[in-house]
Amino acid sequence: MMADGAVRPHYRAFAEWLAQQTHDAIERKRAEADLAFRRVGITFAVYGDNAGTERLIPFDMIPRIIPAHEWALLQRGLEQRVRALNMFIDDIYHEQHIIRAGVVPAEQIYRNAQYRPEMQGIRVASDIYAHIAGIDIVRAGAGEFYVLEDNLRVPSGVSYMLEDRKMMMRLYPELFASHKVAPVEHYPDLLLDNLRSVAPVGVIDPTVVVMTPGMYNSAYFEHAFLAQQMGVELVEGKDLFVNNNAVWMRTTRGPRRVDVIYRRLDDDFLDPLAFRADSALGVPGLLSVYRAGRVTLANAIGTGVADDKSIYPYVPAIIRFYLSEEPVLNNVPTYQCRHRNELDYTLANLAQLVVKEVHGAGGYGMLVGPAASKQEVEDFRARLLARPDVYIAQPTLALSNCPTFVENGVAPRHIDLRPFVLSGKTISMVPGGLTRVALREGSLVVNSSQGGGTKDTWVLEQ
Amino acid sequence: MLSRTADHLFWMARYTERAENTARMLDVNVQTALLPQSEDAARQAWRAMLGISELQQAYDRKHGAVAQRDVIEFMVCDPDNPSSIIACLTAARENARAVRGTLTTEVWEVQNQTYLDLRRRLHGGQLRQDPSQFFEWVKYRSHLSRGVTLGTMLRDEAVNFMRLGTFLERADNTARILDVKFHDSESEAETRRDFYYWAALLRSVSGFEIYRKVYRDVITPARVAELLMLRADMPRSLLACMDEVVDNLREVRNDVSSETERLAGQLHAELRFGRIDDILQRGLHDTLTEFLQRIYELGNRVSRDFLVPLAA
Repeated sequence: MMADGAVRPHYRAFAEWLAQQTHDAIERKRAEADLAFRRVGITFAVYGDNAGTERLIPFDMIPRIIPAHEWALLQRGLEQRVRALNMFIDDIYHEQHIIRAGVVPAEQIYRNAQYRPEMQGIRVASDIYAHIAGIDIVRAGAGEFYVLEDNLRVPSGVSYMLEDRKMMMRLYPELFASHKVAPVEHYPDLLLDNLRSVAPVGVIDPTVVVMTPGMYNSAYFEHAFLAQQMGVELVEGKDLFVNNNAVWMRTTRGPRRVDVIYRRLDDDFLDPLAFRADSALGVPGLLSVYRAGRVTLANAIGTGVADDKSIYPYVPAIIRFYLSEEPVLNNVPTYQCRHRNELDYTLANLAQLVVKEVHGAGGYGMLVGPAASKQEVEDFRARLLARPDVYIAQPTLALSNCPTFVENGVAPRHIDLRPFVLSGKTISMVPGGLTRVALREGSLVVNSSQGGGTKDTWVLEQ
Repeated sequence: MLSRTADHLFWMARYTERAENTARMLDVNVQTALLPQSEDAARQAWRAMLGISELQQAYDRKHGAVAQRDVIEFMVCDPDNPSSIIACLTAARENARAVRGTLTTEVWEVQNQTYLDLRRRLHGGQLRQDPSQFFEWVKYRSHLSRGVTLGTMLRDEAVNFMRLGTFLERADNTARILDVKFHDSESEAETRRDFYYWAALLRSVSGFEIYRKVYRDVITPARVAELLMLRADMPRSLLACMDEVVDNLREVRNDVSSETERLAGQLHAELRFGRIDDILQRGLHDTLTEFLQRIYELGNRVSRDFLVPLAA
């Protein structure tokens, strides 16, 4: 909706349709969707809980609609951003031109917990590090997109993008007849193509696998889903072993060579010989094969160095440095509390700002000033003063809303968007992404662990 | 195919089949209990059923005296009893979940839906009100599981390992059912009651109508044994199960499996060319006991050869 309450033009057809639906009819469809999601088992497991308490992520039936020209802009900006970030990671682990040019301070790299010295000097196939990036975007005004976060490690949610679309087509086929919605269902095909394109040099017909920490991981559904949709094996660490400078999987017909691993577990757990020794999820010796260039990991080890909130403020400069272009997508203005004057500003304006822990994730360890009580603000002030270097602060944007089906009917709720950008020999993506919605009134937090839901995302073809 | 994947598929199928067989045995006992008989005989029958599944001790520890209601409860809802229907269907679904990417959506949904419905049915009290209808439901879910597998899955190793699990489990169950009934009849000479025993036994393996069709004659223990052991066209017979075991083993053959194939082939051949008179002369119980041991050994060998191979 626009500020004056009028319906934005690309929502008009949908709004007319919606006006004709009764609350009961939508409620019935919602119950149908819940049942179907449960039967299909699109649930996320909660750690430590038994099988009976798998939770559904709430699905909202009102799609988020993006007009073609806005998507064109977004796509251009996403390609640019991910290209620059890949060049940045490559540079960080090799010549480090950007540090020597004084664009990014060396301490921001070396003191970053995600920096992996083991990666220094290693060549990866096609010089690509973040093969799959999930860039979180918010829209603040017409054509005004801001990047909230670059997720370059193991971004998840793409299965919800695909399942939400399937569900909408099943519940409301008539809507797809009246809207030209760009398809997203070929994502697994793009992903497989992308993963095959970054196989180690000389491998003609690479064997690709998806690697999961196991069925109790909260994103297990997605891991299994992607492996199935791509027709590749879903492996756990114990299915793999290293021998003769190669990675093999244990099959019923004996060992089989593995060339590309789309791994969905963090660096720390990949190889107990190189990283956390107590990890039973990884493969002993994996890093040695990786360093020899005889297996591809997607994403590469050490990509986290570029998606950290401490690097985020530098991304526009990173784009200018490597591409000599102006960034298409904005950064949210960010105050780095490690700088004295920016800390002072933050402390003086706490009630208006969102303050985030540099290494935090999942919406934990943050302060949403406008929504916090006086006491909460004061408590956070103490934390901030104790460790200013681990916090950044950002203004709360006038985030765009999307009509959302809630108990009392249809009401606006805050949303964000996570498009998935694939990098291999080329950059590709499907039009759209995962739209997350903050179901609680006034809430800005869309994380599923904080009660957020998802919506189908429609990019209109014209 | 990954060894771990094959292992999950094998056990998913095995547990589904086991749940079905437990439902079959319970159903027959519930039906038989409706016949006029002494309380002692009824208790005997329930005790025999626990004996088939080697669960007498576990049951005694928990309940002591044998009562229909407790036995059913133990065999259906007790999560601590690894052969209970709830334990089997939960394990089947957990195995399916671990490899859901390997299954077609339909196969996975059947497993998941069975599990979800099971909880609803047990909460709703259906087991108490109408146990037969509940057992019927378990059987149908198992039929559906096998059917959707054959109807939607690519005929590759995944299906082979599922079939291996199904038929090793079924062979084991049929042999046990046959063995316990023979045990009983040896001690009990009443021919009139015998008829009901054998009829019940046949019904528990969906064999009553088949028996009439094949033999067109009165029911005799020797023919029941022949039907359930040596007839290749009887879908739950030992020979029919071994047909499947041998066929599926051949499909997944690898560098180390030849001895397993040989042992399966030998057992298969003994059934295929065996005669019921010879078996009875040797002693049915001894034959069945040995068969159970050999099936157990085959299951272990399948695990060793394919499902949990040693590193490198």
